[in-house]
Amino acid sequence: MIASFLKEHENLYYALTNKKVIVGLVLFLSIVLLALVGPMLTPYDYEGYAGMPYDPPSPNHWFGTTIMGRDVFTLTVYGLRSTLLVGFIAGTIATVVGCIIGFLAGYYGGSWFDEILMMITNIFVVIPQLALLIIISAFLKVRGIIVMSVIVSATAWPWTARAVRSQTLSLKNQEYVSLSRISALSVARILREDIASNMFSYVFMVFILQFNGTMLSTVQLEFLGLGPTRGVSLGLVMQDAVNWNAIQLGMWWWAIIPGLIITVMITSLYLVNTGLDAAFNPRLREA
Amino acid sequence: MSVPSSNDSILSVRGLTKVFYSGVFRRQATVAVKDVWFEMKPGTILSLIGESGSGKTTIGKLILKLIQPTSGQIIYKGTDIAHLKNKEQLRDYYRKVQGVFQDPFATFNPLYRVDRIFNMVYSSFGLDQGKKDEQVREVLESVNLDPDRTLGKFPHQLSGGQLQRLLIARTLLMDVDILIADELISMLDASTRIGILNLLVDICKSRGMSILFITHDLNLGYYISDYTLIMYKGRLVEKGDTKKIYENPVHPYTKMLFESVPDIHRKWDRSEEFLPEHVVQEVREFYAANEGRGFEDVEEEHTVLFSDR
Repeated sequence: MIASFLKEHENLYYALTNKKVIVGLVLFLSIVLLALVGPMLTPYDYEGYAGMPYDPPSPNHWFGTTIMGRDVFTLTVYGLRSTLLVGFIAGTIATVVGCIIGFLAGYYGGSWFDEILMMITNIFVVIPQLALLIIISAFLKVRGIIVMSVIVSATAWPWTARAVRSQTLSLKNQEYVSLSRISALSVARILREDIASNMFSYVFMVFILQFNGTMLSTVQLEFLGLGPTRGVSLGLVMQDAVNWNAIQLGMWWWAIIPGLIITVMITSLYLVNTGLDAAFNPRLREA
Repeated sequence: MSVPSSNDSILSVRGLTKVFYSGVFRRQATVAVKDVWFEMKPGTILSLIGESGSGKTTIGKLILKLIQPTSGQIIYKGTDIAHLKNKEQLRDYYRKVQGVFQDPFATFNPLYRVDRIFNMVYSSFGLDQGKKDEQVREVLESVNLDPDRTLGKFPHQLSGGQLQRLLIARTLLMDVDILIADELISMLDASTRIGILNLLVDICKSRGMSILFITHDLNLGYYISDYTLIMYKGRLVEKGDTKKIYENPVHPYTKMLFESVPDIHRKWDRSEEFLPEHVVQEVREFYAANEGRGFEDVEEEHTVLFSDR
């Protein structure tokens, strides 16, 4: 039963037996689990006073407390939720917009339609990302998670569009597309089997990279004080820590732990990314 | 729409021209194929000979309807193929007109096993699925491939020659009228090559299939073809009966081609120079000397382009 299922979906089999994918997935899923379950494990409120300030990690406060007596574990797990959510939403927006524009531009490559799409894309490429983000963020009085995601994804999609376009351009000129055409395959089947399937692993990796990239951009903005106006996120926790000179005052747990979690999360996604690259490509499997 | 077709040809190419454009603001035109005329008769092999970039492959792609002509017509059995718009008509066309491309590695989708090329034929053209395994094995054996060692493999696990033979086997599965063979046997070793060529000639004569044999190899062209088309810079410069052209080349480019064929008993000699610029110069002088003449018959079944003006 399982064996026959894996035979049908051998890409899945190769993906799930790749060491990098396994390690990356385990790390990433445990962080997601932390974000999901964490808030249920903590008796404290992330905004309220939880105990003695300036407390190092202890059985009562696993990640210690801040200078104002807030529980760092509570802050981290709630912050993780919103950071993951922003990364997911913004990553999805950036990937979908980038893929649609890239796919259309590539498919109609060389036409005026392609030129216009690429002109728009190039305009977005040359705008300095952080500067634009700072300006947009500064103008908005109320910033929620959705608004943050849109702001971040606005500058994240162009490279995806360009990369997907060039992939589509080269794929549609492949001779195996010609062979499918003279085999009288329908356009839908050619797009699915010859173009999309050869780009699937690529698009999936684009999503992972976008997830990472947008999450980092969000944390950067939050760190500069331009994060969501309400709530908490990993970037905000770290900004607070820096504002209160946590490191200099010896409260390493306040700054280092949230930073470490972001680092592990991004590393795990890169591992999944490179592992999947090897798994999806039959030519790389046997190496 | 029916177009009156001359005599007994199955495919006629009339004034075929293809221009590629690039850029939007400063349009640059590349003339790949210009004003090409020829006919294909059932059961004959036509070789299309020319250097790289002369437009040979473009003609093949135009006939396979992979690209659209800028002007001119391709008439198959009395119908201009530009009018084949809907799916059924195209399917019927591809059931009878097939091609094998230059690069066997690029002709296989790397994500699928090689069996896919046969499966596509069976599913698209409504062949009897029940006989698939038997028929596929049969055609594989006819191109000297061991079915057990090729089926079920990924393209990267096979050699270029094996892949190319798989593609030839694919066309053998279908009862085609016209085969566009673009550098068909370039990847094969000498011994397999002769086998495949003889197989093609056999099928061509027994089933009445016509082959457009695109190549740059003159010896091969002579060996296999009944008619020869010589292309130079997108234009047909000489066409006609293979023997007549090989015995009596008239166009300077054709002459140069024949002189530059390496001969087994002749070593390379520094004094023989066939530099491209010499050819360009010679062709220009030839055209200038014959200005206003255009295509003319030099003998029966042997036509030469005397001047492009």
